[in-house]
Order: sequence, then structure tokens, then C-alpha cells
Amino acid sequence: MLIKRPADVRPSEITSKDNYLNRRKFIQSGAIAGGSLLTGQALAALVPTDRGAKLADVHVSDFSTSEATNSFEDISTYNNYYEFGTRKDDPYLNAQDFEAHPWTIEVEGHAEKTGVFHLEDFVKPHMLEERIYRMRCVEAWSMVIPWVGIPLANIIKHFQPTSSAKFVRFETLHDKKRMPGQRYRSLNWPYREGLTIAEATNPLAILAVGIYGEVLPNQNGAPIRLITPWKYGFKGIKGIVKMSFVEKQPGTSWEIAAPNEYGFSANVNPEVDHPRWSQARERRIGGGLFASKQPTLMFNGYGEQVAHLYDGLDLRRNF
Amino acid sequence: MFTDAFEITGRLGANPIEEIQDRFGYWGLRFVLLTLAITPLRKVTGKNWLIRFRRMLGLFAFFYILMHFLTWLILDQSLLLSAIKEDIFERPFITIGFTAFLILIAMAATSTNAMRRRLGKRWQQIHYGIYVVALLGVWHYWWQVKLDVRDPLIYAAILVVLLGYRIRVRDKKKRQG
Repeated sequence: MLIKRPADVRPSEITSKDNYLNRRKFIQSGAIAGGSLLTGQALAALVPTDRGAKLADVHVSDFSTSEATNSFEDISTYNNYYEFGTRKDDPYLNAQDFEAHPWTIEVEGHAEKTGVFHLEDFVKPHMLEERIYRMRCVEAWSMVIPWVGIPLANIIKHFQPTSSAKFVRFETLHDKKRMPGQRYRSLNWPYREGLTIAEATNPLAILAVGIYGEVLPNQNGAPIRLITPWKYGFKGIKGIVKMSFVEKQPGTSWEIAAPNEYGFSANVNPEVDHPRWSQARERRIGGGLFASKQPTLMFNGYGEQVAHLYDGLDLRRNF
Repeated sequence: MFTDAFEITGRLGANPIEEIQDRFGYWGLRFVLLTLAITPLRKVTGKNWLIRFRRMLGLFAFFYILMHFLTWLILDQSLLLSAIKEDIFERPFITIGFTAFLILIAMAATSTNAMRRRLGKRWQQIHYGIYVVALLGVWHYWWQVKLDVRDPLIYAAILVVLLGYRIRVRDKKKRQG
């Protein structure tokens, strides 16, 4: 079961106690802030990020790193999620009211099982694991995030893709009303991403549904998003509504937007610079004002699990 | 304590170095544009005494750009010379930003009355540099953005208006003279 709940009441009908109290706290604090000289940014500081409901039955994984995790506050307030705005604090400010339930995922393409599934049914057959992963953004910053998710390999096995399925393609929700950032075409909506079938079934790839043992905050891609820790963060498509098994390499949003800067593979590689900045070093978030950047690792340090996927490939051309 | 001073007026967020560096840059660019706004404002409002503020605004611009550069040099790049050299010479948007900074240094160093007297005609040549600084500054910002160019577009639009005014005034003078 994804969430422990009374059997006769749907989760979408319950206002969680946190939400109930926080909404009232927000209205009160709004009244106080409105009467003061605080700037818009200080007002934003009063808006809490609701903690999600606890996830039950989460198993520990050997793939987790032992490095210190970033704080929930950092992870949930510094996000690239252009569907809610292009500033780092836009997602947490603008996604507070986003309803991630009810949610459906369409599975289509070269597979034995296809169809439209409620998120609960999509997730139900599978075991939840905690994966504490490094996340390296193409902008040269990184975090360590304790995701809760399902190995993508298990999900794919369930749908039984045929031999024609060479790639897995993902798509995000496209709804300007619910995702106000989509009113501006910073990217060609909806966001789309893809992996080779070998990458998608690699043990490291997961579909994440939570962080810190709780349901995923909206700004982190609720209710379900992809995590491929050996690739730059933009490969981790959020708010997934469609998963397709396709024959040809799919176009991906950032590659479409700037093909000379963002590639399909997007493997973390300190030896291949972004045209406008170096990828040799990265800033680990949470280090404070005087922490220096640290060296970036090949495949974000996950070479042992994924390097073999790229044997013989010129990683400068396939970037 | 240093960060507390900033926290009073607004959160620095999860990446404080980036936030500080960016804010210094924005204010530097704004003050550059403000110095360019003095002459049009004088002409349009007839308040000639506004000229007295131009040097002060220019020096504010230099101060903020200096802080923007030092934040980058010390906090972001940790004074690692090889990475700094690579960035300045191999990343075009940093090259033009650094060039604008060098021009501003020259202008700040020659901003005193004594310098103006000593340099004569050369002084004005150096201080026409503000046009180059403004162009390079807006370009530097635009080139740094990944996809959302709306903010740089606003600065560019303001620059176009400020420069366009001067071009129009010069054309009018040519036609009359």
C-alpha cells in the first residue's frame, strides 16, 4: 500500500491535518506580513512547505550513499521546475496548491500491457526503496537526496515491453491552469525525456514518489518523477503522466531547446564542458558561504553500475 | 553575522554564493543604466543639477561590479587561478563581463577632478567607455541565462531607449548645425 489510510475514504477527500493547520497559519501570517514593510521575498519565507504523509514499508537499499543528505528545506526550496516558473524559488512558491491526486499515468507503445492507470494501481505491485543519491545539476551544483521510489526496471518488467522497444519515453503533465509556468514557453511544453531501454532497466534508475520517507513535495515533481543519478538532473523528468515504449530515440526537451548545449545522454562528465561553463567542479549545496566547489565525478560517481552501458562510445560526441 | 545582515531583507536560499553574486550583478547593471539616464533626464526635465549625481552613480556601479567580481573570484572560484583563467579566456560571456569590469576600473581610477584636469581630452575618451560597459553588461547577463531571457530583455529595452535618445539628440543637432 502506498499510504496507510481508512479504507472507505479516498485520500483526495481528506485535508491532512498539516494542510489544515498550515492554511490557517498562512492566512494569519499573510495578515501580519501585509501590515509590515517586509519585502515580497520575506513574505515568501513565511509560506511553509507542507511535509508529506509518511510512506509505509520503505526498504533500505545498498545503492544508497553514506554521504550526508541535504536538508529538507534546501531540497524543497531550490528547484528547477520551469512548469512553475524559472526562478529557483518559483516551484516551492507556486506549487503549494498543485493537486497531485488524483493522478493517472498512460503506458503505451511496444509492450504487452498498456493502458491508463491510476497512480495507486501503477505503484501498488512494487516494493518501495529508499535510495540516497547524489543529484548533479547541469548548472554545476549538487545535492544528496534521500529519495523513496521504485526501481524503474521492476515497473518496466511489469508492462512487458517487446523487442521493438529500444527506448522509453516520458512526458509531463501539460496544463497551464495547474502549472502556471507553462504559460511562458521557456520550454516546448509538455516536458519530455527518454532513456535507452538499457539505461531504463539499469538498477540505479528509479521512479521516485517521496523524499525523507514522506510523500514527494509538489515542487520536487509530485506525485512521481524519474531519477537517473548518473546523469544531469534535467533528465529526471517530473510529474510523469505518460510512459511510452518506442523504437526511435525520442526528442528531449532541453536537447530540443539547445542541442549544442544539452544532449540525449547527458551523462555527468567532468571532461566534457558545457559550451558556456566548466563541468569539472560543482557546488555542493549546504556548504555555506565559504565552501569551495568540489571536483565532479565521472558518471556522478556511479561508474561502477553504469559505465559499461557506454563502452566504446565517444562521450564527447554522445554528450 | 554577514549572512544575517542579508537575511533581514530577504532569504539567500540554498545557494547563497550564487544569490549574492547575482544580486551584486543586478545592482551593478542597474547603476550603470542609471548613470546613462542622467543626461536624458536633464534634457527632458531641464534639471541640470542632476549632473552632479552622475559620478556618484557611476562609482556605485563600479562598487557593485567589483563586489560581483570578487564574489565570483573568492567565493565561487575559491581563488583557483587555473579555473579562473580558463573561465575568463574560454567562456565568452565571462570574457565580455571581465572586459566591462576592466573599463569600469579605468573609469573609477580617473573619476576624480584632478584626474580630469590632468588627462584633458583623453578623459572624455575613457569615459565614453560607459556605453561599452552598458552594452557588454547587458550582453553578459543575456548570455548567462539558460532559457528565460525575459529579465535581460527588460534591461536591453531600457538600454535601447537610453541610447536611442542620445542618437536622436545627436541627429537633431546635426540637422540644425
